[in-house]
Amino acid sequence: MVSSRRILDAGQMRRVVRRMAGELVERHRGGEDAMLVGIRTRGVPLAQRLAAEIEAMEGHRPPLGILDINLYRDDLSTIGGQPVVRETDLPTAVEEWTLVLCDDVLYTGRTIRAALDALTDYGRPRAVELAVLVDRGLRELPIQADVVGIVVETTSRERVEVRFAETDGRDEVLVTGGEE
Amino acid sequence: MSEATSWVRKDLLGIAELSAEEIRLVLDTADTFREVSERPIKKVPTLRGKTVVNLFFEPSTRTRSSFEIAEKRLSADSLNFSSSGSALSKGESLVDTALNLEAMAPDLVVVRHRHPGAPHLLARRLESGVINAGDGAHEHPTQALLDAYTIRRRKGRISGLTVAIIGDIEHSRVVRSNVHLLTKLGAHVRLAGPRTMMPVGVEGLGAEVVYTIAEAVTDADVVMMLRIQLERQSRTLFPSTQEYFSVFGLTRERLTAAKEDVIIMHPGPMNRGVEIASEVADGPYSVILEQVANGVAVRMAVLYLLSGARREAA
Repeated sequence: MVSSRRILDAGQMRRVVRRMAGELVERHRGGEDAMLVGIRTRGVPLAQRLAAEIEAMEGHRPPLGILDINLYRDDLSTIGGQPVVRETDLPTAVEEWTLVLCDDVLYTGRTIRAALDALTDYGRPRAVELAVLVDRGLRELPIQADVVGIVVETTSRERVEVRFAETDGRDEVLVTGGEE
Repeated sequence: MSEATSWVRKDLLGIAELSAEEIRLVLDTADTFREVSERPIKKVPTLRGKTVVNLFFEPSTRTRSSFEIAEKRLSADSLNFSSSGSALSKGESLVDTALNLEAMAPDLVVVRHRHPGAPHLLARRLESGVINAGDGAHEHPTQALLDAYTIRRRKGRISGLTVAIIGDIEHSRVVRSNVHLLTKLGAHVRLAGPRTMMPVGVEGLGAEVVYTIAEAVTDADVVMMLRIQLERQSRTLFPSTQEYFSVFGLTRERLTAAKEDVIIMHPGPMNRGVEIASEVADGPYSVILEQVANGVAVRMAVLYLLSGARREAA
């Protein structure tokens, strides 16, 4: 039987995101020079929520970008079939900004490596930071997040599923699998 | 969550065998690559270490350079064989060329050949993915895909549109691929041209056939003009280029019967004053240069999708 445990429900998720937004505001003295960049797919709703929370706190909404990293993956030669790629959409030139990459789960670090490569092709931001909702450990590259929602210890046999109401019908974070 | 269809074909030989979903996947993927071409750094590392051979048995400037730019923007290594000055013009058979190519182990081969079915023969022989860049008067799938992409970007849809294709229907591979594609996506296709250039049984493709440009253009959303191949004029399919222009040339006056927001397309190279008047080709309804820009994005999408499918098969 596949086990499944819920590590965040909708209410907890909302409070965690609010705290992350607070940390971002604090790091960026109000957040006026920060652009949030969601990594497709579930980094995008996270970035949108962080932007909404920052707006509620500070009265201005940080610019929001979307990054598709599929063209920069390091596993294109080992996975079967090409991943579906979508557009990257950055609202403005990146040069003057501190970019905050947003993703739902930080795991091996390879997605973030690809995201950094992708950003390089758009210019030279002042700095790049990383905000993730869940840090599940098991890194394969020397990458860490600056703002973390929740840290969960997992094994590589488990899956961490982050669900957003926008894409999945409800807000929750589940850890599934891992047992026979 | 169900993602779009994934691409499983090793080769892109024609539009006839593609499903509407596969066509939409290529068009959606092209959106991403269009964005790459708009960046200051117009290159992504996606096909780094892949080798693409451009094998052109027929002269071609725009299709070949479009593929070449697409390959370079994807970081693939590309190699050009063209008919002049190579073994291709020294009498080597297609099968021998294929075997020689195989020994070089390219990942993809882009082929243009005057004989229909030549790319299919290569596809059967080679482990590499094969892209048909035009085989005789048979198919030219990437042209049809870039035409459809251009229409979709301009009109927001393809389904329900009336598309008039005018000119030498019989000798055009562009027509065949376009009719397949546009009808699969729900457009109404109208073909027009002189009777000497209209193949027997063309209605079987699913298009309406008319013999005057006035009928063709009336209420059209898209007017696609085909190149008159002057080099075939030795067969006297029409009396003179002046006469062709006076009967089938697209002029501003003739265009008034079309929809108000009509777009004018041409696969190039154009003969100004033969199939199309300069004032139309350069006019506000013309999207001819957009087609060229979109061609690169669509070919990047095809190269990307095919390079993944081959691995899955391997």
